[in-house]
Amino acid sequence: MNDTGIGARVRRKEDHRFITGKGQYTDDINLPKQTYAYFVRSPHAHATIKSINTAKAKKIPGVVGIFTGEDVAKDKLGGLICGWMIHSKDGSPMKAGPHPVLAQGKVRYVGDHVALVVAETKEIAKAAAAAVQVSYGVLPHVVDVADAMKSKAQIHEVAPDNRVFNWSIGDEAATDAAFRNAAHVTKIDLVNNRLIPNAMEPRAAIGSYDTGSENYTLYTTSQNPHVARLVISAFHGLAPEHKLRVIAPDVGGGFGSKIFIYAEEVACVWASKHIGGRPIKWTAERSESFLADAHGRDHVTHAELATDASGKIVGMKVHTKAAMGAYLSTFASCVPTYLYATLLSGQYNIPAIYAEVDAIYTNTAPVDAYRGAGRPEATYVVERIVETAARELKIDPAEFRRRNFVTSFPHQTPVIMCYDAGDYPAALDKALEIADYKNFGERKSASARKGKLRGIGFSAYIEACGIAPSAAIGSLGAGVGLWESAEVRVNPVGTVEILTGSHSHGQGHETTFAQLVSDRLGVDINNVSIVHGDTDKVQFGMGTYGSRSGAVGMTAISKALDKIEAKAKRVAAAVMEAAVDDVEFKNGSFTVKGTDKKMAFGEVALSAYVAHKFNSAEIEPGLKESAFHDPSNFVFPAGVHICEVEVDADTGVTTVANYVAVDDFGNIINPMIVEGQVHGGIVQGIGQALAEGCVYDKESGQLMTGSYMDYQMPRAADVPSFKLDFTCTPCPSNPLGMKGCGEAGAIASPAAVMNAVTDALGLRDVPMPATPQVVWKAMQPMKKAAE
Amino acid sequence: MENFNYVRPAKVADAVKAMKKAKDGKYLAGGHTLLPTLKQGLAAPTDIVDLSGLKNAGVKVGAKSVTIGAGTTHAEVAGSKDLRKAIPGLAKLAGGIGDPHVRHRGTIGGSLANNDPAADYPAAALGLGATIHTSDRKIPAEKYFTGMFSTALKGSEIVTAVEFPVPKKSGYAKFPNPASLYAMVGVFVAQLADGSVRVAVTGAGPGVFRAPELEAALAKNFSAKALDGIAVKAKGLNSDMHASAEYRAHLITVMAKRAVEAAK
Repeated sequence: MNDTGIGARVRRKEDHRFITGKGQYTDDINLPKQTYAYFVRSPHAHATIKSINTAKAKKIPGVVGIFTGEDVAKDKLGGLICGWMIHSKDGSPMKAGPHPVLAQGKVRYVGDHVALVVAETKEIAKAAAAAVQVSYGVLPHVVDVADAMKSKAQIHEVAPDNRVFNWSIGDEAATDAAFRNAAHVTKIDLVNNRLIPNAMEPRAAIGSYDTGSENYTLYTTSQNPHVARLVISAFHGLAPEHKLRVIAPDVGGGFGSKIFIYAEEVACVWASKHIGGRPIKWTAERSESFLADAHGRDHVTHAELATDASGKIVGMKVHTKAAMGAYLSTFASCVPTYLYATLLSGQYNIPAIYAEVDAIYTNTAPVDAYRGAGRPEATYVVERIVETAARELKIDPAEFRRRNFVTSFPHQTPVIMCYDAGDYPAALDKALEIADYKNFGERKSASARKGKLRGIGFSAYIEACGIAPSAAIGSLGAGVGLWESAEVRVNPVGTVEILTGSHSHGQGHETTFAQLVSDRLGVDINNVSIVHGDTDKVQFGMGTYGSRSGAVGMTAISKALDKIEAKAKRVAAAVMEAAVDDVEFKNGSFTVKGTDKKMAFGEVALSAYVAHKFNSAEIEPGLKESAFHDPSNFVFPAGVHICEVEVDADTGVTTVANYVAVDDFGNIINPMIVEGQVHGGIVQGIGQALAEGCVYDKESGQLMTGSYMDYQMPRAADVPSFKLDFTCTPCPSNPLGMKGCGEAGAIASPAAVMNAVTDALGLRDVPMPATPQVVWKAMQPMKKAAE
Repeated sequence: MENFNYVRPAKVADAVKAMKKAKDGKYLAGGHTLLPTLKQGLAAPTDIVDLSGLKNAGVKVGAKSVTIGAGTTHAEVAGSKDLRKAIPGLAKLAGGIGDPHVRHRGTIGGSLANNDPAADYPAAALGLGATIHTSDRKIPAEKYFTGMFSTALKGSEIVTAVEFPVPKKSGYAKFPNPASLYAMVGVFVAQLADGSVRVAVTGAGPGVFRAPELEAALAKNFSAKALDGIAVKAKGLNSDMHASAEYRAHLITVMAKRAVEAAK
């Protein structure tokens, strides 16, 4: 390992730019003759649009244009799509209602996009938006997924009972048989609370149309600019791909919410043509982010776990109602199905699993992937019910898990996934030791002496990421392949540019990708630059989400580096007048076996471009290679998290007293960045467990948690200093042996925290978020019983 | 945000005159409530009279009372060494308002004139039996707070200073709203020089109020133990998604105990 190679704790190259305020985010970019957009949004959860009168608003000086659903329809601009087809149990396709870029005839949630106002300044656009008169006919609405199938609110014509699909996975008959023969059945009802993503940078876009070249350009806060271009081109029909450039410059966090193709961004780039090509900038206000970013989670689940007399799990049944919100967002349908139910086996040997999922429309913001996407929901079900079963069977929860762990690989679960490698007992042992599990009783007593209730909770999670093998997901309904591409350009002076289809919005690719190059080519990381986020520069890419940039994106880079090395060897052989097979490349130098001939990597690069010393009929000049990598399997990070909480019985306040995470991410490029990813993920999970909960008012359908006054984000002071460690079983399906680390913390932690809270209170069920009031209320029956 | 006329007078009389002249004027102190409401378009005054030109900041600690100028920031109040000795509960309260940014900008006069039901200062003013000095008169706290965002201040009247009696002991305990961190329940307890006990509660109701049942118990025995089993009625308290009236009522007793334990 060189000091900036694989495994080194290199400081993030991009951070100086970010922390000195020199990042270039979409809102930092200003184009000549730029105008500003503001959206008229629905104040109602569900209503018909009777009329829209823009006359008064158009008269306001400085208004450049006002666009409504009628204009969108006139232009035949296609609607937003959901790119993953799910079929119901009965074989019928999912019921996708129309999702026009600007509402046509109906609005379906508070914040739904009704009209686009374009003006010389943002202030004028906002004032004019307020002057647009929309006459609504209010309809019945429903915001709770549990009630939506029985509601008289019908959100889309295609789905009379608001159900998008009724999907199933696993063998129902085999599972029923397992339950009939079981010694014990544990049942649990869980709500996976709806979350609002809250990326630090709100969504933003600048759309422009060049009247000369007839090219469109969209600057946008995207995790996957090529996918945005593909969808805007192929489905919205705005322009063919070669006439549309999408640029995602620095992006300040996404957590999934910036994967999707949203109406606002499309509207800006579309409308530019209608105002003579002037660029249109839109930057979401924070309130708009709350209202109109795709939310996460929102599941209501009933689960049952069957065990035999020896405490072995024999079967599991799960039924989940998953909210989709008012429209199907870009990847909404795959989240509660193939990213969720395929993980219901957890780390356990479960012979029979059957799960059924109802995806349901509600009059709320669309729900889609949010850090972990389906896998946090699966882990929450598995780890809460496993913990509850252990308690019911009076088996130590660590021991119960150990008894049921998968221990041989590959392991085919009953729900599609084939786990390739892992060592679950090793992570458990390490976590138990770091958490000092054996002395927990003493700590509990010490807390009791202070009047505090202490509890401990486990989460032995597994996830599938590094998404995804294209053929496999294609067979499951995906509309795209999820390979990745990379290009390596070696300059004549030996510096290297990596063009990648991955997109960094906080992950640190400029550092980790450079470390890979430094390791392979022996080049200083400061001589490596990472280019991403521009469809005119990068050949293609599927973007960053599903913890795929390491396992898939870096593997593509690695494959291109293989080609670079092979080509460079041929050049070096020619220059040094040796046979290619005799040339060796190590630590940045080419040598010829059995001689003292030697060329540095930079010299070979220069030779490749000068092209004087080889026959260019045999070797093409230049040193540039590209590769596409399609993974052969998902990767399966797993680990054990142990959380200890202290509950103040007087107030209901829960404090996370201790948090241990032992993760197996396979080989790690930069441990410091990985630890940062785990920290962030755990904090988001603690946020879900103890603080964050999106609330829509049942009566009015209004978003009650529409600002930080009411939506509680976790703060630095709310979390302890985490104790992290790793185990390593290298991933067999990629040459770097890497798994994925971006989502693991958020996947594992809610269950660990809630298992600790329920342990502290001695209660079976406490809902998330376990805010002080929720905990206090949960404790009231206990207190009454004690009195 | 709409346009407005802006003045920054140096004298109280000039500020009052400017306000009288304005069609729909607003005084600006720290601006922590006014500026967000302007930005959100929830308020559109014709005139802003900025009181920072009055330069009436300062904490004067006497033997029997402490007088704090209306323009004194929360950070200055919290940082006053003399105040920390004289009325530690008040200094602690000021040090726990908002965050450092807020504390270096927000003022005691602004907070009391606004009388947000979740503000901290009203608990200290009522809990200590303070006197509010204005451009026209002196108003006892008892009569000053008249309900949610409502005070005895008339038209162009300006708070100029607040006079607090020096108690034997005082303490403040706050249970913050988990999201906004405003007081969901804040309880100020004071044992005054004459031995009488006052307990004032902020955040829990539509405005600051005294808790007679807690005062009675503490008057007999100024200790946390004295509050065991004493329940505050939930009726009339605020109820929202963060805390029901019952939970707030429960927290009032808990916070009162903690305030007594912290009282110095």
